[in-house]
Amino acid sequence: MGIIRGRVFKYGDNVNTDVIFPGKYTYTVTEPEEIAKHALEDLDPDFIKKVKPNDIIVAGNNFGCGSSREQAAFCLKYARVGAVIAKSFARIYFRNCINAGLPILMSSEIVDNIENDEEIEIDFEKGIVKTKQGIFNFPPLPPEVLQILNAGGLIEYIKQDRAE
Amino acid sequence: MGKTFSEKILALKSSKDSVTAGEIVVARPDYVMSHDNAAAISKTFGKIGTDKVVIPSKIVIILDHVIPASDAKNAENHKTIRAFVKKHGINNFYDINHGICHQVLPEKGFALPGKLILGSDSHTNTYGAFGAFAAGIGRTEVAALWATGKIWLRVPETIKIVLKGRFRKGVGAKDLALRIIGEIGADGALYSAVEFTGPLAESFSVSDRMVLCNLSAEMGAKNGYFAPSEEVLRYVENIKKDSFEIIKSDEDAEYQKELVFDVSSLRPQVAKPHTVDNVVSIDELEHTGIDQVLLGTCTNGRIEDLEKAAEILKGKTIASGVRMLVFPASWNIYRQALKNGTLSILADAGAVIMNPGCGPCLGAHEGALADDEVCLSTANRNFKGRMGNPKAHVYLASPETAAASALAGYITSAY
Repeated sequence: MGIIRGRVFKYGDNVNTDVIFPGKYTYTVTEPEEIAKHALEDLDPDFIKKVKPNDIIVAGNNFGCGSSREQAAFCLKYARVGAVIAKSFARIYFRNCINAGLPILMSSEIVDNIENDEEIEIDFEKGIVKTKQGIFNFPPLPPEVLQILNAGGLIEYIKQDRAE
Repeated sequence: MGKTFSEKILALKSSKDSVTAGEIVVARPDYVMSHDNAAAISKTFGKIGTDKVVIPSKIVIILDHVIPASDAKNAENHKTIRAFVKKHGINNFYDINHGICHQVLPEKGFALPGKLILGSDSHTNTYGAFGAFAAGIGRTEVAALWATGKIWLRVPETIKIVLKGRFRKGVGAKDLALRIIGEIGADGALYSAVEFTGPLAESFSVSDRMVLCNLSAEMGAKNGYFAPSEEVLRYVENIKKDSFEIIKSDEDAEYQKELVFDVSSLRPQVAKPHTVDNVVSIDELEHTGIDQVLLGTCTNGRIEDLEKAAEILKGKTIASGVRMLVFPASWNIYRQALKNGTLSILADAGAVIMNPGCGPCLGAHEGALADDEVCLSTANRNFKGRMGNPKAHVYLASPETAAASALAGYITSAY
């Protein structure tokens, strides 16, 4: 994953998957570029117009709560979001990000030291985030989880695993 | 030190002697559930590079989310799924004439004590009502399970929720669940298992248990659990798909925390837009007019729920300007309600009886709301846009409150 540098879109607590990717699209919008177009539609309708590759979503507690629909993770990946930082993630959403190969990290301290719209840098190798407020460490993900993320997602991981 | 239910079952399903909360295990689930999303899952499965599902008998697929198909795209999805189950010899397939997955799995005898059941739906938690470990996962993980039969799981810490007291008339499991969510918050049980125990919990019916476990998802919980009662064992006895083993927490198990809820003075509860933890007692709710009432879903579409509503609506007519939609959770329930006259009472009162399925709960099908409209729903979510329109407002309450409100034209309680 290396270093990700991007502009911050900061949101609050309990952002649910219905506002990240509305349920009305779950069975009919299936192509990656179409899925990307609806990212955060009912939370921040301007997001998709403003987001640039490697931009970073920062949020409070319980990000991605609600439905298990994984397009809510994939839509950010397809919109070329670089990473998501939250104080905590809803558990299925956490899994969906890993499975999508979307880098995530969890830290209340780091979230509290990031402002909306600032540019930050995440170094996943070193486990640090650089913001205007300073440099902050974050703990690595468990190895079982990290290997899936490093493979680029669950399907890639299984393919590699089966090949070995 | 003893072990919790979650620690014991995840040790068993990962072939380990013992595991402790916080550990990551590689487990082999007994059943893997998916629904209309099996169409997308089958495409993801195709990318793995295998042509065989490992154990077809572990796969359960139910069409319930957009049934009958609302358009050509959904019809194609259903067609893809029917072809997939045929090709792979998946016999546990339930087409559009069965009902909502979380009702059909119990009715068909898959939701059993001591089983590990994972599903690509966040309310898979519901089967904890039968003493199973049941949790939601993502679509890609279901594809991976079809191909490999295994998955990583973190062993959750367990919150013990002790339930006691006696409900007043017209107050029940839904009100209690909303009260708990209101108090602990939408992330109050994040990553944790929730075990419901205490004298009231032990007396809970199958239906009550399903309501609490279903709504444990809205507490952020990984799974909800009740130790199986005699009633649960009688329920599963003649329908069980497999033999099973009852697994319970040890007396001296270590819990993350313990919460106590006494329901004796509980009044009907309402979750206001746009979060499930925005809960107030009905007496504190400002006057709220309604346009639509939704009675049904995997939370409150069981025969008891329909009967409670019918008791209130019998011989009466719903308020002018209110639309009431009734979605029994399964066709078994539909037929039961048809035979015992419940559906006639509801229809005579002016309700529209719909076919069992998820209906308008997730905004993908039927019963959509216009801008600024208000719906009182017995479902489990009221997020912005949930029922298809981000400019509509969804309130959540019990079947009794739904029926009383349909009569009044505003949100009120029957008792």
